[in-house]
Amino acid sequence: MTDIGSSLGYGFIASLMQVVLVAIGGPLLMGLMAKVRARAEGRVGAPIYQPLRDLRKLMAKEGLRARYSSVVLAAAPLVVLGSTTLAVAISPLVTTHPLLSASSDLFVIVYLLLTGSITMALAGLDTGTAFGGMGSSRAITIGALAEPALLVAVIALSIQARTSNLPTIVADTITHPVWTSTPTRLLALVALVIVVIAETGRLPVDNPNTHLELTMIHEAMTLEYAGSDLGLITLGAAMRLGLLFTLLVNLFVPWGVATGSSVLGLLAAVVFLVLKTSLLAVVVSLIEVHSAKLRLFRVPELLAGGFVLAVLAVITELVTR
Amino acid sequence: MVLFMAGLGCCVLGVVAATVISLERRVIVVTLVGSVGCLLTFTAASQVLVSGRAESFHSSLVLPLAGINLTLDPLGALFVAMTSFVGVATLVYCVGYARGELRSRSALSLLLVFLMSLLVVPAASSVVTLMFFWELMALSSMLLIMVEQRRRVETRVAAQWYGAMTQLGAASILLGLLLLSTKGGQTFGDIRSHVAALSPTLRSFAFVLTLIGFASKAGAVPFHVWLPKAHPEAPSPVSALMSSAMVAMGVYGIVRVGNDLLGGGTLWWWIIVVALGVVSALFGALHAVTSVDLKRLLAYSTIDILGLVLIGVGCSGALAASGHPRTAHLALIGALLLVVSHAAFKGCLFLGVGAIERATGSRSLDHLGGLIRRIPISTALFVVGALSIVAVPAFSGFTSEWLLLQGLLHGFVGKSSPTLIMLLVGVVALALTGGLTAVAFVKVIGIGFLGQARSTAAASAHEVPRTMQIGMGILCIPCVVLGVAPGIVIPLLNRAIQTGHSSSVSRPVETGIGLSLVHLRGAIEPMLLLAGFVVIVAVIAGANSIRRRPARKVEAWRGGGDRPTARMQYTATSYAEPLQRVFADVLRPEIDVEVTHAVESHYYEQSLSYESRVGDAIERLAYQPAIRAVTRVGLAARRIQNGSVHRYLAFGFIALLIILVVLA
Repeated sequence: MTDIGSSLGYGFIASLMQVVLVAIGGPLLMGLMAKVRARAEGRVGAPIYQPLRDLRKLMAKEGLRARYSSVVLAAAPLVVLGSTTLAVAISPLVTTHPLLSASSDLFVIVYLLLTGSITMALAGLDTGTAFGGMGSSRAITIGALAEPALLVAVIALSIQARTSNLPTIVADTITHPVWTSTPTRLLALVALVIVVIAETGRLPVDNPNTHLELTMIHEAMTLEYAGSDLGLITLGAAMRLGLLFTLLVNLFVPWGVATGSSVLGLLAAVVFLVLKTSLLAVVVSLIEVHSAKLRLFRVPELLAGGFVLAVLAVITELVTR
Repeated sequence: MVLFMAGLGCCVLGVVAATVISLERRVIVVTLVGSVGCLLTFTAASQVLVSGRAESFHSSLVLPLAGINLTLDPLGALFVAMTSFVGVATLVYCVGYARGELRSRSALSLLLVFLMSLLVVPAASSVVTLMFFWELMALSSMLLIMVEQRRRVETRVAAQWYGAMTQLGAASILLGLLLLSTKGGQTFGDIRSHVAALSPTLRSFAFVLTLIGFASKAGAVPFHVWLPKAHPEAPSPVSALMSSAMVAMGVYGIVRVGNDLLGGGTLWWWIIVVALGVVSALFGALHAVTSVDLKRLLAYSTIDILGLVLIGVGCSGALAASGHPRTAHLALIGALLLVVSHAAFKGCLFLGVGAIERATGSRSLDHLGGLIRRIPISTALFVVGALSIVAVPAFSGFTSEWLLLQGLLHGFVGKSSPTLIMLLVGVVALALTGGLTAVAFVKVIGIGFLGQARSTAAASAHEVPRTMQIGMGILCIPCVVLGVAPGIVIPLLNRAIQTGHSSSVSRPVETGIGLSLVHLRGAIEPMLLLAGFVVIVAVIAGANSIRRRPARKVEAWRGGGDRPTARMQYTATSYAEPLQRVFADVLRPEIDVEVTHAVESHYYEQSLSYESRVGDAIERLAYQPAIRAVTRVGLAARRIQNGSVHRYLAFGFIALLIILVVLA
């Protein structure tokens, strides 16, 4: 009984740590990427913690809502942030024993993220303005094309590990370090990087800094939001970025994730995770600096490339084992 | 079995009631009697599912010569229970919905005949009984499609297509089953005991023939052409029954013949099933994305989901044939759970479209908008069905697709490469349709229910009668329950798949607070996930509302222009346009652009018309040429029939001569 109690308590502490870490780390990651970009372009750039200051400012502002909107517009920020937070809480970010680790299935995580995307797309259509519809239509198109690549890449990993349970995959990768250098993993890695770039709305798929109607995707959907609602959505987007980046590094470089049940291990895992993820963020933003935004109708080609790589990852796994 | 027969008796009683009772009380009495019948059959089927003991009934009085053979075994009972459930919901819905033609004697009695035949088909245990009620199901539903034929001519075309396809399918099934009963005895028991004596070629022929018929009923591409025509034209309760219960009979037939009567069969049979499933899933999903007519969209999404089911059934058969019974059962459980939850959510969605049609008079998405404010309850019920179909976690669609995926995923073992390739193709199709289904239903909800009304009818929509809402609500229950607590039905599904030859396999899924796979690593606990989500959202909402005034209502941002009008919104067509463009090679949209230039100068345009239509490419490229060829043969045959009696007598004489010569 005490064993269950202590493991529940441990899981709760670990999950809480993950949520707090990603809630603070996600915006900081965005700040870091903006900073790297600014430096690479020869500017000083805003401080790394600028996104956190923006969030604080937004949360203090008065809420505004469009007159011809329904409950969807009001509920969307909560659902987006809630589904992302749940995914963060149950994913193996700092430990392989988070809360509900039995349900921490790759498909659950993928569909929780899909739930967030669907909610956002609906919120874009709710006010009945052309901008919202445009953003919603574009985002859902990219989402629909990124989804298969994501799922197939995830399936490649699951076939290798013979389970789709995420903590088990991470734990098994730690005990089988050879897995990380198999062709399956490498192909799946490239596919996942493409998907993560599309899902988090980074260049060359979407430009997070644009408000030009010809190019914006995610920003067009959130155009009707202001104040604390916008704050929640921005936080949700930052946490989504944080979750996808940390999952990516943990799936391919899992060392440092706590497998035991000591609190010290958790703290060490946090340090490792921050280092690994920051490194990934720097690399991604250096890639971003050197790439121009793709035309909307060229994006499917990029995602199709990701999809093909993911299918190849599955095929190599079937052939090489 | 007594309960089951009593339930069928109630349906017959309902048919009688529909013909004798006067108009004012007719609908209420008929639906009441029918619902009681469905509740009785539901109870009977549940008893069989819980106890696992099959019950039989035989009478030589009902059908002349052969007699009627009914056996309610767990597999059949699953489909009977499902049909009864949908039946009750549909009949309750009918109380509020039935108007005009649907209240007539013929329509109401046909509705009950249709329902009764749907209930008997999965319980039939002889070739004659099955074919008799299969045909009764086909004919009654064909006539039900034409209920509104006086007002809408389209229904006649739809009924023609449906009639032709369903009769061809039935002929194919009959031929296949006759091949199986050549060794004597037409009951399923006889077939089971004699099937080993049949030659493998004959068995394969029989399977392929029945597969064509059953797959056509399940809407598998390329036998699907009737489905997007027939389902939209029927009255909504009939569409709901057709799309949730009748297409499932196709799946039932494949499982019954392939797994039970033929006892598994060989690998290549199931490769055909998976191939049909993959093509249907992708084709259905893509067309659902581009459809504008709500019912047509739902019909294509039926093709999509049934395609996924066929992938599951096919992979299960292939895994069993290559010696992996555990994963085979897992995949089959996933597929059957998907059939059951499809019955619930698709029934709910079709009834929902009926409610929209009642409230606005239109089912074209481009005439709707803003319905969430006008008909909030119907909207909420429709959204539950939609969330279920796009597989949002903790709804039934997610749980069943998860099980199906686990079955496929854990099937990737061993070296049997055809099976592996099939699993790979199946998994890829499943992944591709997931995102597309999400787009289709975000489009439906976002364009149909959110935003501003695109027509005056939508702007002045009124909530539908309470009974219609209750009918939809009944179908929402399994959408949520099967999603949150799938543990309730998994043991029943375990029993349903243990039929005939495969009765010795242990359970592949363990149920507790969630589901966990036996001897394989994988589990989900949807109830705990839902609880976690609710707690998190409550915390966020609570923290966000501290010391905060409610949000101020302002005008939507207008970009410096006038107030945006409803016509400036995205429409269903424009919403799906990017995807239509991406998949133009498959969808083959027909686009007409007509430019009228100004008289003064060629550089100025006076008017421009743009028309884009996504037709069914398979119908255009395969069926239309075939129909034209048949018509040509028919016209040619008219030349020898010129109405002259002498010529016909000469034909008779020549034919007699030929017969005499051949016999001599």
